[in-house]
Amino acid sequence: MLLTLLAVVTIAIVRQRSLFGVVILASIYSFLMASVLIVLDAVDVAMTEASVGAGVSTVLLLATLHLVKTTEMKRVRPNLLPLFVSLGTGAVLVWGTLVLPPFGTPDAAIHKHVAPRYIADSIKETNVPNVVTSVLADYRSFDTLGETTVIFTAGIGVMLLLRKARRRGRHDDAET
Amino acid sequence: MSYDLILRVGTKLILPFILLFALYVQFHGDYGPGGGFQAGVIASSAVILLAITCGLDLAHRIAPQALVQRMVPLGVLIYAGTGVAGMLLGKNYLDYSVFSHDSAHGHELGIFLVEAGVLITVAGTMTSLFYAFVERGR
Repeated sequence: MLLTLLAVVTIAIVRQRSLFGVVILASIYSFLMASVLIVLDAVDVAMTEASVGAGVSTVLLLATLHLVKTTEMKRVRPNLLPLFVSLGTGAVLVWGTLVLPPFGTPDAAIHKHVAPRYIADSIKETNVPNVVTSVLADYRSFDTLGETTVIFTAGIGVMLLLRKARRRGRHDDAET
Repeated sequence: MSYDLILRVGTKLILPFILLFALYVQFHGDYGPGGGFQAGVIASSAVILLAITCGLDLAHRIAPQALVQRMVPLGVLIYAGTGVAGMLLGKNYLDYSVFSHDSAHGHELGIFLVEAGVLITVAGTMTSLFYAFVERGR
């Protein structure tokens, strides 16, 4: 049901010409995705998806629309290459899932490696009952440091881009 | 420019709860879902809501641009500094067991510190991105 709704929203996004509508539909998509993640018992990820995907990125996209035109340009001629590339990539991904163990199998490789140790020992080793938090911030601390650095770098980059353009605009004003 | 009265009053009513929820998500992240990323986004959404409904000037007064921009590198520094502190105390980078006489307590403290770093960077980045877009559009 949720996946059907996801597909419907995706088609609506593709067919939508007004970018404002696209942003709102993308927000709806994120909320549906958060619901899917809750169904999959990944509450932490669902929370991130709802707050980042549906919340802040919608606001940022709307702020972007404030700077650019709000209707998509008319397509000049149908371009088939991107269609083939995306269909091909999708087919390869589906082909890749064929060899994965069925969903929820307890003896899949991913449940045999370090996960049992995390579940058995993490409270004893870190005093933190939420295993997701202890894995994220302790066992895989380097990953999270990398993620934080990515956010830092991306934020700095966007801020510099927006600011530099503004300064150049002022400079042009002074010349004319 | 005047702003809608109902939205303004509604925002002022809901704002403390949003901030409180952000703190709950941050500090309850040890026990339930949540953590620095989510809490940072929720906290910045409070500032963004205020800027949308009550004007950018008020938001600038509550969360000054200079402050949120400094928060962006500060969080990364706290995170990386936690790692360096572990190194200075004689263990590996990002090994928290040295922060307390008891290894588990040290890990708890280390997780708290890095989550705080994540919170500060994420909240700062999201808010200053929003500021940057809005300033550009003026």
